[in-house]
Amino acid sequence: MGWVMEYAIEVRGLRKSFGTQQVLHAVDFHVKPTQIFALLGSNGAGKTTIIKILSTLLAADGGTARVAGAEVGREPERVRRAISLTGQSSAVDEALTGEENLVMFGRLRGLGKLAAQRRAAELLEEFELQDAARKPLRSYSGGMRRRLDLALSLVLRPELLFLDEPTTGLDPHSRRRLWKIIEQLSRDGTTVLLTTQYLDEADHLADHIAVLHEGRIAAHGSAAQLKSALTGQSVQLHDDAGGLRAQHATDGSLRGLRDALDGFLGQGLEGTVALYSPTLDDVYFEITSRSNTVTGQGEQR
Amino acid sequence: MSTHHLARVRHTAPEWLFTIRSLRHSLRDGESLLLAIVLPVMLMLLMTAVFGGALDPTGSYVDFVAPAIILTCAGFGASTTSVYVANDLKSGIVDRFRSMPVRASAVLTGHVLASVLRNLLATSIVLVVAVLVGFRAGGTLLDWLGAAALITGYILAITYLFAAIGLAASSPESANGYGFILLFLPYLSSGFVPLESLVSWLRPLATYQPMTPIIDTIRALMLGGDPGNQWIWAVGWCLAILLFSVILGSWFFRRRTRR
Ligand SMILES: Nc1ncnc2c1ncn2[C@@H]1O[C@H](COP(=O)(O)OP(=O)(O)OP(=O)(O)O)[C@@H](O)[C@H]1O
Ligand SMILES: [Mg+2]
Repeated sequence: MGWVMEYAIEVRGLRKSFGTQQVLHAVDFHVKPTQIFALLGSNGAGKTTIIKILSTLLAADGGTARVAGAEVGREPERVRRAISLTGQSSAVDEALTGEENLVMFGRLRGLGKLAAQRRAAELLEEFELQDAARKPLRSYSGGMRRRLDLALSLVLRPELLFLDEPTTGLDPHSRRRLWKIIEQLSRDGTTVLLTTQYLDEADHLADHIAVLHEGRIAAHGSAAQLKSALTGQSVQLHDDAGGLRAQHATDGSLRGLRDALDGFLGQGLEGTVALYSPTLDDVYFEITSRSNTVTGQGEQR
Repeated sequence: MSTHHLARVRHTAPEWLFTIRSLRHSLRDGESLLLAIVLPVMLMLLMTAVFGGALDPTGSYVDFVAPAIILTCAGFGASTTSVYVANDLKSGIVDRFRSMPVRASAVLTGHVLASVLRNLLATSIVLVVAVLVGFRAGGTLLDWLGAAALITGYILAITYLFAAIGLAASSPESANGYGFILLFLPYLSSGFVPLESLVSWLRPLATYQPMTPIIDTIRALMLGGDPGNQWIWAVGWCLAILLFSVILGSWFFRRRTRR
């Protein structure tokens, strides 16, 4: 394509109900090309629903969603040519071997037999599945199956990759390895939209994070922006057992630190001092504990 | 990471890739495969050795019953299609294919074609066993080609019907249950005993159900007799079942994959 798209994904006012239950009220967000975008939210918040809509599996009730420049409702074929999806639950062929699965997906994507076999071998190595390559998937462990599931999405490098909780069930080693693969994909030009329940994963991996809460994007920004939107750092005083005895908000400067310490000393307190920066967990709990009557906190709009 | 990109020309039809996939499933599904071979042999031996003497002491019962056994076994072999289809819907793999630039309905075509090939193999086995227990073929080459075409047509139609049942069923288990009912049809026809020997209340059902003209026609062709106008009914029934199943199947497929 001759022009550079401003957004790889553009979602505006997206609505979706199941029966009488409205899951998505008005979801707005956009993802820039080659970004790694993490969608957070509690169980049942609607993350999978958004991914299904964006990957043409489900129709929205209202609003617009454009993926790779094509509107998902109007031009699903164009969207499908640009994306690859690894859903929340494994969708692999249990009766086939890992290698046969990869070759089949390669050929469905239009690779010739030899090219598909070569690509399968590469992916088996990349995802450390060589030893199980010739075994049927029934005999795979959960984590192995998950890894194959991800490899199946990469038989051809997609323009856009949707990953619904990609690292759930993976051991720490495999998780790190997958992070590296995702980062490399993004460097090579793939846009990645992922959901996760691991906040450290979003923190480490994502260029941009959005928190879905009560059918809307309640807050979004980089991990640093989200954290700084909270109260900022604090100086904490712990007792010997590690319990919090007192805390004092601070701006992180030398003077601020001294004020905090003076405060503790003035009250005659004793203990161990620690400087505390808010984590993504704090941000997440802060947002998801708000009720919808106090929305508008996010920097959206 | 290699640098392939998604836009590619497709060389191989997805229908063919999915047929290979389904054939692999059949080969890996050891129990079903074993049953598909053992059942025809057992049924043939049972019918001819146990009932044959009583039903036709001259020993030509095998000539009479062979077509019915072929169709019974084909029905049995085709019935696994409903379970395969229901499984694919349940496992989410159909959704994954739907998110790809692939005709997702080709998954069904794959299951159907694989079932036809599988059941033609089972049919050959039945024929070999039939010959071993004394089946005396008649008929010209043309008659046999006609019989083969009708058997293939029947297998195709009933497989499609089972595929539609797999799409309609809420789970692989219930798909299996619905399919089971259909497997009794050949017994209520002219396949195992002459129509005249059935109790009177069963006779109309047996006369007008699809299995009777299909079996009569195949029998006549294989033995070199004259099917009369039964063959028109036989072909008509196969086409009707096929058409009905294709329409029902695509309706259910659209419903199950509705966006
Ligand atoms: N096909 C469906 N029919 C009816 N309700 C549905 C359907 N799919 C999802 N829902 C409901 O929509 C809500 C959002 O579901 P969704 O799967 O999108 O949540 P999620 O954010 O992905 O949750 P999790 O973190 O548990 O995966 C849930 O309340 C769920 O029960
Ligand atoms: Mg989910």
